Amino acid sequence: MDSHAIATEHGEHELHDEAHPAYLRHHFVTVDQQRETASFGMWLFLLTEIMFFGGLFMAYLLYRNWYYDAFVASSNTLGIGLGTTNTAVLIMSSFTMAMGVYSAETRNRKGLMTSLSLTILLGLVFLGIKTIEYHDKYTEHHIPGASFSVEDFVHPTDKRDVPLAPDMAQHAQLFFFLYFAMTGMHALHMIIGISILFVLLFQAYHGAYVNGHTSTIDNFGLYWHFVDIVWIFLFPLLYLISRHPLK
Amino acid sequence: MSTIVTLPDQETARLPKLSYLNSEYGLKSWLLTGDHKRIAMLYLFSITFFFFIGGAFAGLIRLELLTPLPDLVASDTYNKLFTMHGVIMIFLFLVPSVPATVGNFVIPIMVGAKDLAFPKINLLSWYLYVAGATFLVFALVTGGVDTGWTFTTPLSTHYLNTHVITAAMGVFIAGFSSIFTGLNFIVTIHRMRCPGMTWFRLPLFCWSNYAASILMVLGTPVLAITLVLVMLERTIGIGVFDPTKGGDPLLFQHLFWFYSHPAVYIMILPGMGVISEVISTFSRKRVFGYTAVAFSSVAIAVFGFFVWAHHMFIMGVSNYSALVFSLLTMLVAVPSAIKIFNWSATLYKGSITFETPMLYAFGFMGLFTIGGLTGVFLGSLGMDIHLTETYFIVAHFHFVMVGGMLMAYLSGVHFWWPKMTGRMYPESMSQLSAVTTFIGFILTFFPQFIVGYLGMPRRYHAYPPEFQVLNVLSTAGATVLGIGYLLPMLYMPWSLKYGKIAGSNPWQATGLEWQIQSPPLTENFVDIPIMDHEAYDYDWLAHQTEHEVTTVG
Repeated sequence: MDSHAIATEHGEHELHDEAHPAYLRHHFVTVDQQRETASFGMWLFLLTEIMFFGGLFMAYLLYRNWYYDAFVASSNTLGIGLGTTNTAVLIMSSFTMAMGVYSAETRNRKGLMTSLSLTILLGLVFLGIKTIEYHDKYTEHHIPGASFSVEDFVHPTDKRDVPLAPDMAQHAQLFFFLYFAMTGMHALHMIIGISILFVLLFQAYHGAYVNGHTSTIDNFGLYWHFVDIVWIFLFPLLYLISRHPLK
Repeated sequence: MSTIVTLPDQETARLPKLSYLNSEYGLKSWLLTGDHKRIAMLYLFSITFFFFIGGAFAGLIRLELLTPLPDLVASDTYNKLFTMHGVIMIFLFLVPSVPATVGNFVIPIMVGAKDLAFPKINLLSWYLYVAGATFLVFALVTGGVDTGWTFTTPLSTHYLNTHVITAAMGVFIAGFSSIFTGLNFIVTIHRMRCPGMTWFRLPLFCWSNYAASILMVLGTPVLAITLVLVMLERTIGIGVFDPTKGGDPLLFQHLFWFYSHPAVYIMILPGMGVISEVISTFSRKRVFGYTAVAFSSVAIAVFGFFVWAHHMFIMGVSNYSALVFSLLTMLVAVPSAIKIFNWSATLYKGSITFETPMLYAFGFMGLFTIGGLTGVFLGSLGMDIHLTETYFIVAHFHFVMVGGMLMAYLSGVHFWWPKMTGRMYPESMSQLSAVTTFIGFILTFFPQFIVGYLGMPRRYHAYPPEFQVLNVLSTAGATVLGIGYLLPMLYMPWSLKYGKIAGSNPWQATGLEWQIQSPPLTENFVDIPIMDHEAYDYDWLAHQTEHEVTTVG
């Protein structure tokens, strides 16, 4: 009977540990509540991010409607090959991030570290390609303000090589402003994301996130996918739609 | 039916030995705290400080307007005065006022939680507030900014040589403080409610702060990106708001007011929550039409997002859109009126007493009604074109923001002061300050309706001599109003040491926050409470034969 009592006590003790692990913050009752709360907070934060990018999209859509021809001309100057590669790179990074979340859930420390490292690598490749694109813009004198010349802007598929009318070129400059503002804001989110990834990798190296407490990885995954989705909208808007050569 | 509850004599109350105030000592324990109650106190100090800075600017404005001639300050200085008054009062006082102080303190307790969902983010929001405020103070001491609080383009981007970028940066950062507060409230109200605390058992204060939080979370990021664009426009000439480059200054107006109109509901909704609590407590009756009042908060939040262009009637928007926005603006009057009518119905046959919070609440009801009704005038197209950019507008939004919101804020601070500090404020002194504030307010702002209707434009430091009588009345009122605000600054600190000890429930109110000791423990509840009755159930309170107060020590 004694041994039975001890066993029960012992069992209860274990149950207690399972229900109140060290990572349960003092103001939550259960682990589930803590996890749901964190995830709900993250979704709300992403909502604020949507509204933040929303202002830029609003400006883009407005001016695209007003200055359609100029925007089509400018859109043609963007490197579609680099843009497509970057899209593929980013989608792959979302996959590796998802693998990271999976590894954390299956308590696979090595898998988690590999996935996080790959995500960092792909994120850096994206930024690298983006830098090449920005550099191309620089050499083509398409940086608005600084080197942009309203007199010399030529429609890239115009075989006659005649500059656009100055007012239309001015509107093309507006496109490039918005291009740099939107992709720049996106790149800033990538840089923040990669910085956080380094911290997560460091923590994972020291054994975090594989003890059942995966909230941080889950929520960072949401952020990473969100930044990815922003690009999924930016890519067609800036590179693809109405991109046809001049007749 | 009102229920008068007699509880154990509060005279015998003692301060609890252990509370959130004395659980830890030292500056570090305050600056690195995760406790929502301590963060609320940090906010209370900081916003009071900025309220008085903003108030000093208001005083200088009124002093200049005492005479028709520009004799006290030059026109440039005057522009800076009203700009800094507006920026500080709106972004550093009104937006965080009730949510960040009173809301931060009581919302977790009201829902039966030990803290807000994200204590560290809560602390971060205070630091962001301080950082934003630092930028604004820096802009202020290095020469000020004179765009008006609206940062109107192209004035702010092309024509002014003042610290626009510093100020915009300050507002940008302070905006994130507001986003994080709203996010924390929404998540807390969704996920941290105690067992039995259903949505329709929540105190109405939670509902109205929830509605305001939705606006903070959805609106503020748009302001943030707009200010980023203004800063880029000013530094590198991005052209988005510049007509010479094909940009559209009206786009700025749309984006700005998409936040800044909902922002007025961010400011007023938490105040309405305070009024619901106070009116119910001091008439000892359940709030009449609880569900209607709860949903009217949400309705204000939803309608609030679809009325922004009523700030732009004279800016050349199309007649059709002006018509639609005018109509939608009228719609906001409906939920606001629901609140006023339901509070009046709550008073009906209640056992009313006239403690200070109640006096402020009465002030709110009267002044907010006038402010709201003049809002309907301004929402109608013809009237707006006559009255916009006159002192009528100034009077209208001061009736809502100062007469409404500031009264509600003071009501709330007085109401929860015993809970925050464990001591009562001096009753007769504070009643005097409530009455002084009301009289001073009417005297300051009512003449502005008339002078505005007669055609005096806002934002000028000189005016035709025939407007002087009304302006003198207004300045005289501002003096009285200033005294009304200074009084609490004197007796509130006094009461920290000499105030009567409050006991856990000095008002015999029903909210969960009144069922625990004052000041509360760091973890609020010893055990997570179980909610087994409706909100504002005074019968439940009366039948608490053994009224349990969880005091430790």
